Amino acid sequence: MDKELFTYEAEGTVLIIHLPAELDHHNCLTLKYETDLLLEENYINRIVFDFSRTEFMDSSGIGVLLSRYKQMAGSGGTVTVYGAGQRISRILKIGGIYRLVNQYETREEAVYGRQE
Amino acid sequence: MEGRNNEGTWMRLEIESLSSNEEFARVTIAVFMSRMNPTLEEVNDVKTAVSEAVTNCVIHGYGNEKGTVYIEAETESDQLTVKIRDEGKGIEDIKRAMEPMYTTDMSGERSGMGFSFMEAFMDEVLVESEPGKGTTVTMRKRIGGCSYG
Repeated sequence: MDKELFTYEAEGTVLIIHLPAELDHHNCLTLKYETDLLLEENYINRIVFDFSRTEFMDSSGIGVLLSRYKQMAGSGGTVTVYGAGQRISRILKIGGIYRLVNQYETREEAVYGRQE
Repeated sequence: MEGRNNEGTWMRLEIESLSSNEEFARVTIAVFMSRMNPTLEEVNDVKTAVSEAVTNCVIHGYGNEKGTVYIEAETESDQLTVKIRDEGKGIEDIKRAMEPMYTTDMSGERSGMGFSFMEAFMDEVLVESEPGKGTTVTMRKRIGGCSYG
């Protein structure tokens, strides 16, 4: 079903991942598999997570962000997010994500913005 | 609700231990609790907590093997109780399992925050477990905290 689909977009060395409406353990398995393949075959130094369609997320989403963060940080890259609504922002905050990952309002900032 | 809204109501659900059933479980509880006139935020809080507990049964209780996840919920006035049980391998050290960031998962994809999320989104979380027998998580939340009633 469409609401379960992840879509990926590459812009230079930036990988943009458009997340589905719900992000849980079940579909995070797909996300891991697909991003691993993409990262193997492309040089990527920033992963941007687009939360603008996402309405539900549990700690599985936090796990995915943390593991991608570690992967990027290990090679000097960064992870950013944009499009998170109030609900998702709260989950990201409780999960401690904002200590590691910068949040932006727009896609452009998330793709080109500086990591502090 | 007409008639007997002061009496408690309950539901029971048994599902196969499959990751695809995590959504089914949380949506079912969301529909069940809708009779309590919850706020959208309360529904989302409970959905997240249920998703965490069912995910634990699938990944840890049954180790991604076949099994049954038992879900019970009841309402009593403004109190929602959700009980999620598996007959899987159980937890050796509950205190440690509940520590934030602690996980036994080796894939590197798990945050170790499942119990922290349950505690953040529910009023009360009780974990009972016996190694080799299974685990029961009982969660309570008062619904309607922001209503006028």
